[in-house]
Amino acid sequence: MNYPPGYRRAVAGTQPDYLHSTYKSSLKRAPSQPLVYLPHTLSEITGPVFAPETVNVKACDLTRQHSGEPLGERIIVSGRVLDEDGKPVRKTLVEVWQANAAGRYRHKVDQHQAPLDPNFSGHGYAMTDGEGRYRFITVRPGEYPWGNHHNAWRPAHVHFSVFGPAFATRLVTQMYFPGDPLLPFDPIYNCTADETARQRLISAFDWESTIPGHALGYKFDIILNGREATPMEE
Amino acid sequence: MTLRATTSQTVGPFFSIGLERLTCAELAGPGVAGERVTIEGRVLDADGVGIPDAVIELWQANSQGKYAHAEDPQDKPVEAGFQGFGRIPTDEDGKFRFTTIKPGAVPGPDGKLQAPHIAVSVFMRGLLRRVVTRIYFPDEPENGDDFALRLVDAGRGGTLIARKVPGVDGLLKWDVIMQGPGETVFFDC
Repeated sequence: MNYPPGYRRAVAGTQPDYLHSTYKSSLKRAPSQPLVYLPHTLSEITGPVFAPETVNVKACDLTRQHSGEPLGERIIVSGRVLDEDGKPVRKTLVEVWQANAAGRYRHKVDQHQAPLDPNFSGHGYAMTDGEGRYRFITVRPGEYPWGNHHNAWRPAHVHFSVFGPAFATRLVTQMYFPGDPLLPFDPIYNCTADETARQRLISAFDWESTIPGHALGYKFDIILNGREATPMEE
Repeated sequence: MTLRATTSQTVGPFFSIGLERLTCAELAGPGVAGERVTIEGRVLDADGVGIPDAVIELWQANSQGKYAHAEDPQDKPVEAGFQGFGRIPTDEDGKFRFTTIKPGAVPGPDGKLQAPHIAVSVFMRGLLRRVVTRIYFPDEPENGDDFALRLVDAGRGGTLIARKVPGVDGLLKWDVIMQGPGETVFFDC
């Protein structure tokens, strides 16, 4: 039986190697053997599909999940999920999580001496619409120290998890903010050789999504692997 | 217009904040057809130490070998109560455990069937992009002719096949060894 074509592979240098020596946690967790190239089969060109839920305002508005408003600078983070041909990825699940405005995660492992915010959990999710668009209202996350090296600080970031149409398109990434002075020093941001690829992780300040008198807008498009042009069995 | 796929970044240590909502370690609801199987194991680092901040995602067909996805062209039914997706974080010792039904054989290249398998993504702090692997089932005659297993060096294919537990029906063991002796086979997917 024939099945539809697979997905394109990453262009060299645009995805991180597993071992990145300045990122200490990778040293004992990065595979040492070369990956085995797997042609995409039905198992990789299919993937989990999540039913579009009734609109859940609280899921995509991280500032309205508690009785009061969280502290910090309210922002709008929006964009589109597209494939490499620029086609919208419709009705796909986008999950986000982040630190609060003080740079503290609501997580038992986070022992940073910064306050938790009783009005901020730091998680949300959304389904893209028919044009591949998503939109979250949140607060700008704080920078925070970590133990990777002396005086190590993570730049402000929002974690993104996106499924796309197939097992092959699964992506987890981080969105950064323009002009963050910590970016040149962050081994996670700098794990990818290709500078242009790195810079695509930085959101853009966006007047269009900025709400007058209320919140600044940041735009972050997410690109998933494109489709092979021809069926793999030809 | 050709865009480039967004660069992957690590899930970091705090992913449960965002990913917990879809945690699913019981893949098959009541009444879903198929042989029930529980698979447990550990995710281990280069020193054999359990990784407490990893999360495994699973994707599999139903017992008929049908994926619950619009691009599966097979004329076979999908089942209510079976999506085929699982997400299980590791515990403080790096252990994970899930229950599912054994998938049927699914189409592979050259018109052949693939041996029953579960597609696996593993994410963790320290891993800048996911690793992709597969879980196959022991004593499966089709394993010998499976196209993906045949891509793997003979000495390493065993890392993809779950092990039976003597005396315990329906329980299989399967570990993910990230680096070093016995390193699990990971695919470029």
